Amino acid sequence: MITAASDFFQRQARVRPLEIAFWLATLLPFVVAPAYLSLASQIAITALFALSLDLILGYTGIVSLGHAAYFGCGAYAAGLLARHYTAEPLIGLVAAAIAAGLLGYATSHIIVRFRHLALIMLTLGLGLLVHEAANSASALTGGTDGLQGVKMAALFGFKFDLYGRTAYAYSLAVLFLVFLVARRVIHSPFGLALRGIRENALRMPAIGAPSLAHLRKVYTIAAVMAGVAGALLTQTTSTVSLEVLSFGRSADVLVILILGGAGRLYGGIVGAIIYMVARDQVSGMNPQYWYFWIGLLLVAVVMFLPNGILGGLSALHKKSQ
Amino acid sequence: MLSSLGGVLFDGFAYGMLLFLLSVGLSVTLGMMNFVNLAHCSFAMVGGYTTVTLVNQLGWPFLASLPAAFASAAVLSIVFERVLFRRLYKASDLDQCLLTIGVVFISIAAFAWFYTTEQQSARVPAWLQGSLQVGGVTFAYYRIFLIVVSLAISGALIFLLERTRFGAQVRAAVDNQRMARGLGIDVDRAFMITFALGGGLAGLGGALAIQVVGLDPTFALTYLVYVLIVVSVGGLGSIGGSFAAAVVLGISDMAGKYYVPWLGAFLIYLVMVGLLMWRPLGLFGKR
Repeated sequence: MITAASDFFQRQARVRPLEIAFWLATLLPFVVAPAYLSLASQIAITALFALSLDLILGYTGIVSLGHAAYFGCGAYAAGLLARHYTAEPLIGLVAAAIAAGLLGYATSHIIVRFRHLALIMLTLGLGLLVHEAANSASALTGGTDGLQGVKMAALFGFKFDLYGRTAYAYSLAVLFLVFLVARRVIHSPFGLALRGIRENALRMPAIGAPSLAHLRKVYTIAAVMAGVAGALLTQTTSTVSLEVLSFGRSADVLVILILGGAGRLYGGIVGAIIYMVARDQVSGMNPQYWYFWIGLLLVAVVMFLPNGILGGLSALHKKSQ
Repeated sequence: MLSSLGGVLFDGFAYGMLLFLLSVGLSVTLGMMNFVNLAHCSFAMVGGYTTVTLVNQLGWPFLASLPAAFASAAVLSIVFERVLFRRLYKASDLDQCLLTIGVVFISIAAFAWFYTTEQQSARVPAWLQGSLQVGGVTFAYYRIFLIVVSLAISGALIFLLERTRFGAQVRAAVDNQRMARGLGIDVDRAFMITFALGGGLAGLGGALAIQVVGLDPTFALTYLVYVLIVVSVGGLGSIGGSFAAAVVLGISDMAGKYYVPWLGAFLIYLVMVGLLMWRPLGLFGKR
């Protein structure tokens, strides 16, 4: 029995050739499109943020309209640390992870007790609350002006330059490491329990799984990952704006994840690539009209492509076999 | 402090009435079909822009444009219910949220395209301008009008739901949809009418709101938060609950803006999170 179970997990966790090809392809921008390295690092950061939402939304079924709270918490933690204490990027990353993790752990006690509309409203409310708090505490956070000119020290001797070479290498490396952690979590018995909770929240405690503890744990992990993504944004762009906490950011990351395919490890990454490249292509467009297409896309995805692009592709693949 | 209290209470109450008009439809439809319609305020915006167009461009009197605002929003909500929303009644909360947020984004962009992003205004008749001074407290005529209209509509709604055959069908469907169907009630038809009524009331609210809070394309998102607070705090499907929640929210928002402006909207969100943690089903929620 035990070997059967471990066989199951090993089969699930096997590394497929397509995955290796994908991660090798992420190095291409260095050679093919050196002019777009800043965009590439933005994509890596957004992908990391979407991956963190995927853990709670895609795998556990916690719908969140306020995930930007943890992203922004990490961003401000990294920015404030760099301003007042040390400009060392890695220390900033750890500090942001701890700050977002603490906020995530504190709020997880509230979040896990609710479902449906109350849950959606609470995540929305907590997100707005953190946003307003940062806006009011302008002495610390700079209010609507944000924190400007956050200078970072060199990373292993590489300076953060205008071309974004260091920024992309740094963001990509962090994304890759966090992705490995997320992959490990998903393919562990804990990850299986999370999917069980998503499918039936009442039956899991009945077979002896500590549902609430699991939910708190995964929510905290996701918050830490979101905080790391926020810290990366601060460190690679040298600024923190109030926008990192806005409802728009929470909604964007949700759109990205749904577009790529929730409940799939690569869903957030694929969604982030498509979304960010598309937005860069139409960057001259008034943001008002950009959201018209996003709205149309959302309606279309919900109506015709319920599992996102990756879900649609894998359904096509199954059909062709 | 005390002399301003009367003004804050009055303005807050008028504001609460506005929030009640905007949210009561969502409360009933959410209670009936469990359909999370985040696009509710888009219908309010339709009503608002209908009034702006009729009054400013076609020269209609303000009062005559109000029924038109109601009708346009009601008709449009029937169309959306039939074409889009109907397919998602059995879908997950997330899918419903995403679809209706998509509709919100589309509506914001569409109105920005046709009307620009500027604040719109609509001329009100002379007898609605100006204000009345009683004991140092200012009562704006328009706000008195707003309160009278809202109270009349609440009365009509309560009569409709508590005293008529249609109301009994709606209440039955809110309490137990399957049982209501089993008894031969045409829940889909009742729901469609309720949805249209709710959308229409939101449209009316949107038209009446122009004079108080202005109207621009982001209305659909800004007031969505307030409407959701009213609905979730008041409890699904409860008209009385929505009324109480709207008044509390209106007055506390007005008082917050007046006495502690530096806190911004922080207070409102804090009250909402606290209330939801205390009673997840709302103050008057049954289920």
